[in-house]
Amino acid sequence: MFDSLADKLQGTLAGVRQRGSLSEDDIARAMREIRLALLEADVNFKVVKQFTSAVKERCLGVEVHKQLNPGQQVVKIVNDELTALMGGHSAGLTFSPRPPTVILMAGLQGSGKTTATAKLARYLREENGSSVAVAACDVYRPAAVEQLIKVGLQAGATVYEQGTDKDPVDIARWAWDQAKRDGKDVLIVDTAGRLHVDQALMDELANVRKAVKPHVVLLVVDAMTGQDAVNVAEQFAEVARFDGVILSKLDGDARGGAALSVKAVTGKPIMFASTGEKLPDFERFHPDRMAQRILGMGDVMSFIERAERTIEEDDAKELERKMRKNEFTLEDFLTQLKRVRKMGPLTSLLGMMPGLAGHQLSKMNVDEKELDRVEAMILSMTPQERARPELIKGSRRLRIARGSGTSVQQVNQLVKQFGEMRKLMRGLAQGKMPDLGALMRQQR
Amino acid sequence: MARDWYDLFITDFPGGAAAEVPQTGREQERRGFFKRLRENMKKTREALAAEVQATLFEGDLDEQTWERLEEALIYADVGAKTTAEVVERLEQEAQEGQLVGGEQLTKRLSELLAELARTGDEHIDIRPDPTVILVVGVNGTGKTTSIGKLAWHLRQTLGQTVVIGAADTFRAAAVEQLERWGERAGCDVVKGPEGSDPGAVAFDAIARGRERAADVVIIDTAGRLHTQRELMAELEKVKRVISKQMPDAPHETLMTVDATTGQNGLRQAQLFGQAVNVTGIVLTKLDGTAKGGIALAIANELNIPVKLIGIGEKLEDLRPFDPDAFAEALLTA
Ligand SMILES: Nc1nc2c(ncn2[C@@H]2O[C@H](COP(=O)(O)OP(=O)(O)OP(=O)(O)O)[C@@H](O)[C@H]2O)c(=O)[nH]1
Ligand SMILES: [Mg+2]
Repeated sequence: MFDSLADKLQGTLAGVRQRGSLSEDDIARAMREIRLALLEADVNFKVVKQFTSAVKERCLGVEVHKQLNPGQQVVKIVNDELTALMGGHSAGLTFSPRPPTVILMAGLQGSGKTTATAKLARYLREENGSSVAVAACDVYRPAAVEQLIKVGLQAGATVYEQGTDKDPVDIARWAWDQAKRDGKDVLIVDTAGRLHVDQALMDELANVRKAVKPHVVLLVVDAMTGQDAVNVAEQFAEVARFDGVILSKLDGDARGGAALSVKAVTGKPIMFASTGEKLPDFERFHPDRMAQRILGMGDVMSFIERAERTIEEDDAKELERKMRKNEFTLEDFLTQLKRVRKMGPLTSLLGMMPGLAGHQLSKMNVDEKELDRVEAMILSMTPQERARPELIKGSRRLRIARGSGTSVQQVNQLVKQFGEMRKLMRGLAQGKMPDLGALMRQQR
Repeated sequence: MARDWYDLFITDFPGGAAAEVPQTGREQERRGFFKRLRENMKKTREALAAEVQATLFEGDLDEQTWERLEEALIYADVGAKTTAEVVERLEQEAQEGQLVGGEQLTKRLSELLAELARTGDEHIDIRPDPTVILVVGVNGTGKTTSIGKLAWHLRQTLGQTVVIGAADTFRAAAVEQLERWGERAGCDVVKGPEGSDPGAVAFDAIARGRERAADVVIIDTAGRLHTQRELMAELEKVKRVISKQMPDAPHETLMTVDATTGQNGLRQAQLFGQAVNVTGIVLTKLDGTAKGGIALAIANELNIPVKLIGIGEKLEDLRPFDPDAFAEALLTA
């Protein structure tokens, strides 16, 4: 579904391998693709500008790697920079030594505060065994109090509410007293959604903050937010001085560039991700995964890293030469198959392949037993047969089938598929993207 | 062509409701709206558009001019594709010498944007009795609030009787929220038990509407992400139930889009459109600093027009969409 940036970069930088290094022109072209990908992902355009110039710096003078093609290499740099910018590792909450720890929730209308309040309450109860109370300070939206009562109780929290006739600041202060009296570990204060430009309501938020002196202020941001995220974040940072962000509605297909914008302009970490309508759909935020999501890369990075670890440098060169010359044999295939299987189950590997994210091939069920059979068949072949699969005919087939405990048909199939694969590899080595759809249809 | 309620709704009492309101009243209403819109836009901290205009007036049109223009549109969430199309067209016209000077260029750009926004059927036909309006959209985008406001306007401005169906049977306190809006708007709200079948509630609401000879029946639905297959299938079912009871209904299917939404808005409109054939967008929360440019991308790529805009949380904060004012607002800070 997403056009992978990795694919585009690979295309853009196709000719670079021969030259061995990236020219200014290559980099400029790559930067254009990156810029576009980030804008499509809703990263604020000013943030994009800053970011691409940082990446550009790093790309200049980069030596082209042996294992990775230039596209992958640029992707790696982009990914490293993006992950670093997103905060590197996931940040957590800090608790007050003197309970209750007060957490104040803030955000725009409809961003998902009330749901996030209940989810956080449940999370803290489950993960930390905390006793949690929530305070209903949204007196404006019709039935907001009723909603918090319902979801708060579902989350196993005590709900402090005083209806809608009181001032939110007073309710917050009262709830704080209640929480102290009841010996709660945590008090989460839910507030009404408000626009960052609504002076009266922003003042009110500042007053709630002064009244309950929260240990943690969390801003709830909708993952689908566009360019405006920076304005929102800047204003809320000034007034609410939030410490971290909850990114909501991440279960959709938004790329979530707003996360990067918010982090870039405020420096505050994204702490939690809200990923569904049910209370348990709530988790710690992982900056590295988010970076990949923004880039629409599936899990290319893990693939690249694993490939780097597994494939020896010279080996890779030799392999590539063989592929290009169509000299790739079943013997080589066996070696590669063993290596690849060392990297992990093939299904997960396919999902990580650049260009395959979302492709039907990545959803293919790879039967590991089938792979065992393939290994067994190749092991039953003579060296000549492995080198020249076209020799495998008639009685040879029967012998191989017997030796590997398979059938003649299965041997036939392997030989045929190997032929297809060889063609595919030759294409790949020559820089052509194979028509995977056609290949899949053939295999069926 | 400024639009007001009388331009938006097609009624079977031509001039009827309009005649009841003195022309000056309409003018005032209109002016009030523009003033509001301008005030809202002024709040934009980033004076990017001003920057754009400055570049345009500074003589030569160079690479930078176009880049600035692109940035202004990107900044308004118009998206790369539509932005590129518009700017390319403008560049071409400028090269052909049809446009001279910054003023003409800005004016033309504004025209082009308004043209894009003007797509499909921009009206809401409320002649069927009752007219059934189904409201759908992603969580928290403003369905329930917009329904409250719309019901009030239909009653207040056009003298229609409205019944509302509370088919969000899922979210906690969703029914209570809608009931509160029903009270404010002075309309009947039909509900079912919590967790009950939303199709059944929609069915009952239309039945009640017929019983009471209501002019309009509006159905609220639970917020859902367009990626949730089962929930989208549920929505299709609600629509089928409605059609079974009244063959041409729903006559109008409105989808709410939050103006702060980025490029994902396109996917939303696409998938909701596939599921229930969205006939119009309600662009909500335009009272913030977000410009709602994604609505332009939706109009351009999917041919779904914006019909209403939300500019606040009060009953009166709903307005007919005006492509010209919208285009202008996209470019002005
Ligand atoms: N400022 C502003 N707020 C709005 C506008 N429209 C809706 N809201 C607010 O946005 C929040 C969500 O609105 P709802 O009407 O509950 O949205 P919904 O789509 O019905 O939400 P769910 O049913 O939970 O999916 C509420 O706090 C509304 O007051 C608008 O035009 N401007
Ligand atoms: Mg609702």
